[in-house]
Amino acid sequence: MTTPTGATPTGATTTGATPEKRGGLADLRKMFGNGQSTLRQFGILGSLVVIIGLFQLLTWLIKGTGLTLSSTNLINVVNQYSYILILAIGMVMVIIMGHIDLSVGSVAAFTGIIVAKAMSEWNLPWPLAIVLGLLVGAAVGAWQGFWVAYVGVPAFIVTLAGMLIFRGGNQWIGQSTTTPVPVEFTYIGAGYLPDVAGSAFNYATMALGVLGAAWIVFTELRLRSVQKKMGSPQAPLWVSIVKIVLLAGVILWAAWLFATGRPGTSFPISGIILVLLVILYSFITRSTVFGRHIYAVGGNRLAATLSGVKDRRVDFFVMMNMSVLASLAGMIFVARSTASGPQDGNGWELDAIAAVFIGGAAVSGGIGTVIGSIVGGLVMAFLNNGLQLLGVGADWVQIIKGMVLLLAVGVDVWSKSQGRPSILGLWTRRRRARLEEQGPTEPPAVVPSSGTNESSEPRDVARL
Amino acid sequence: MSAPPPILEMRSITKEFPGVKALSDVSLTVMPAEIHAICGENGAGKSTLMKVLSGVYPHGTYTGEIFFRGEEVQFRDIRQSEHAGIAIIHQELALIPELSITENIFLGNEIARGGRIDWPAAKRKALDLLARVGLSEDPDTQIKHLGVGKQQLVEIAKALAKDVKLLILDEPTAALNEDDSQHLLDLILGLKGRGIASIMISHKLNEIEQIADAITIIRDGHAIETLDVHGGDVDEDRIIRGMVGRSLESRYPDRTPHIGEVFFEVRDWTIQHPQVPERLVAKGSNLEVRRGEIVGLAGLMGAGRTELAMSIFGRSYGTYLAGTIVKDGKEIVLKDVESAIDHGLAYVSEDRKVLGLNLLDTIKRSIVSAKLRKISRLDVVDEFKESQVAESYRKQLRIKSPSVDMGVAKLSGGNQQKVVLAKWMFTDPDLLILDEPTRGIDVGAKYEIYTIIQQLAAQGKGVILISSELPELLGIADRIYTVFEGRITDNLPVSEATPEALMRSMTSAKKKANA
Repeated sequence: MTTPTGATPTGATTTGATPEKRGGLADLRKMFGNGQSTLRQFGILGSLVVIIGLFQLLTWLIKGTGLTLSSTNLINVVNQYSYILILAIGMVMVIIMGHIDLSVGSVAAFTGIIVAKAMSEWNLPWPLAIVLGLLVGAAVGAWQGFWVAYVGVPAFIVTLAGMLIFRGGNQWIGQSTTTPVPVEFTYIGAGYLPDVAGSAFNYATMALGVLGAAWIVFTELRLRSVQKKMGSPQAPLWVSIVKIVLLAGVILWAAWLFATGRPGTSFPISGIILVLLVILYSFITRSTVFGRHIYAVGGNRLAATLSGVKDRRVDFFVMMNMSVLASLAGMIFVARSTASGPQDGNGWELDAIAAVFIGGAAVSGGIGTVIGSIVGGLVMAFLNNGLQLLGVGADWVQIIKGMVLLLAVGVDVWSKSQGRPSILGLWTRRRRARLEEQGPTEPPAVVPSSGTNESSEPRDVARL
Repeated sequence: MSAPPPILEMRSITKEFPGVKALSDVSLTVMPAEIHAICGENGAGKSTLMKVLSGVYPHGTYTGEIFFRGEEVQFRDIRQSEHAGIAIIHQELALIPELSITENIFLGNEIARGGRIDWPAAKRKALDLLARVGLSEDPDTQIKHLGVGKQQLVEIAKALAKDVKLLILDEPTAALNEDDSQHLLDLILGLKGRGIASIMISHKLNEIEQIADAITIIRDGHAIETLDVHGGDVDEDRIIRGMVGRSLESRYPDRTPHIGEVFFEVRDWTIQHPQVPERLVAKGSNLEVRRGEIVGLAGLMGAGRTELAMSIFGRSYGTYLAGTIVKDGKEIVLKDVESAIDHGLAYVSEDRKVLGLNLLDTIKRSIVSAKLRKISRLDVVDEFKESQVAESYRKQLRIKSPSVDMGVAKLSGGNQQKVVLAKWMFTDPDLLILDEPTRGIDVGAKYEIYTIIQQLAAQGKGVILISSELPELLGIADRIYTVFEGRITDNLPVSEATPEALMRSMTSAKKKANA
């Protein structure tokens, strides 16, 4: 690589780079990507833990045993919400671009009926049906992307039209009745990792958990080696160890819960599809040229085009991608309910959009991450699930969900208008002010103008 | 005969922004039925003064006193100043395109009885006002169907509807062609005949000479002098001397230029305004850049410097009509920004927050954003390399931040500009177009930016420097083009350029381009 050499400061005085804090919770935060949204999304992860803990406690107090973290319940949550979370992956990219997609529920239903008809009436083999479904999604997405990117109709309008068009399309093709799908197809929506030799304990799930834990260890070790190579200061070893133990512990514990469920159940296939998509799209949004272009256009379209980004092309592919993911979600739902019906996917768009905003995306675009949206979606999922476990009626579930959405975004908007990153940021700043009153415990960072600065890291570690 | 009392007296106005004194102890006196011109370079404080007068900066945010028609006034907002009879007509017109002439004229000032608008009366009055400004249009016409010149007249009609006593015109003819300009000037003279005083901010000295009764020159926030046009010898040279009369200090790093052969040429470049097809923002412009040369582009606001630069940079402004670009002896077609970057062009925009940076992003991501593929394989960004590249620029350009993972929004203006420069240096350009690279940054950072520019030239790159500050151009450019109304009017080696000569070419098209 000769490229950056023209710029390297040959002989420039490298007066010891200002120390950069890495490792520890700051890295946990970095799982959500870099930038200003990080801390807020980190706060959402805290809320998720609190919500799960709260419902575990409440079910324990009221029903005698903690239901939220039982095997059966966790499997239920994954089965019920995996398709919403898949939509949230695509939706966050759309929202980062400053658009919105209202058509996802209808597109999911439209794909579902086509796939169901193809299998039940033309006897199309199920693997080909899945390919067909994805192609339908791509075609629908190209249609919507064309209007948004090349005609310039606002995505809100294009997808509002799409919502009507594809809902109608579903009902026209299906004659407003349900169409059953073959048993083999239901595997993607209602299947589980297979049991080995009739054992009640699901080794495949556990193996997956071990794999995940190993990956955590591997990335932490790689991070440390990169830091060493770059010469940037490393976090103390014990921080890394605590981090590995905590994260790997959660993964192994969850895997154990999934593996010890009712015989015949384990980690759902739809969950595996979801995990793979999360990994894939986190990578795309974070580390590919296309992903960077999404943030660039969403953050400042003019600056992006003046940097050579073809903004319309990005618009097109982001809208198209959303519809492909919607068609996948639609097929998983059809598989789970063993039939495609005229009301499939009603209101999904709203759940997906709510997940994205709770997960820290900005209404004005430019900010948001895949992981954040997944956590946001899980907040909604566990909230919904917990209230149902407690026997709260659907009326109140909706009211509470609405309030949570409003509160989450309201707090965000409010804290921004106060020039503060978030409640959590406010808290760390107060804490810092207290610490500074007590006397300088470390040399002051150079520009610690707001609470999101990484210089707050040592305090976070102390919080562990 | 004794002089009548002045209609407006501004006494010792001082206005400070954080870190900058925009106006210091400025006084201005306008007599009844007088056309008073205010001249000065961009950023001298003209517009600030007018914003103080019209209440955009409310009483209390500045010091000093304002007397209007003999009484002290303390405007809290524009409404109050309008109510008192002061109307300001901005450079950017404040009309609503979808509404009719009548609706616009009486917007916020509706002729209503009990909350119900009396449209027949409004229309009658609109017709009367239109006749006064000499505009023969149906008052039901939507604004969007009118040209800029006619819109300007509607603006004035709107001011007249409010019974204006003092009209402030900010660059009223900047967007007009010669006929429309002349009509407007005649109208201002006509209003004077009816006893309405005007304050006119203009860069067009010939127009000022033609209609002004008095001229106040503002420089660096100070009122330098007030010239009485009728008192005798006031001419363009006199005004220009007042505007630029500032000695060149050693604010610029020393440098011995090593200028090579011509490697970049623009020939007969003609560009149309994106919205107004009859307006040409570049008219057959020719320019050339040599290796290692810093070429200045001087012109007043609205002269078409930025438009010229952006249209060269991958046609990112206006509609291309004619012209060719030759680089290294070969004609090249830059149909979009990507191809411009690939051909080794870089454009640092004048507004780094709107056009230059994604303020939500971190330093390292911003630096690599214009040529991501350079650190990518199969479209996957190598984040390790990204950090390395960013870190090396951070050290080389002395970007003051604890780490390259910090958000650019938290940087100071000077450091943000360094990030933008780093972003374009990363693209390995042969020609850098720098549009007002030192705007809004402090003196120390300016010196550092000049040093960077000189280093780039020393590497054999060509630099086009657009600047509104003549001392800056004279300080670091090797050769200076002047632009006036979309035309290149002069081409001077810096040894022959004086502020006066440049200002003359920037304010009139008298001299022929010899490029």
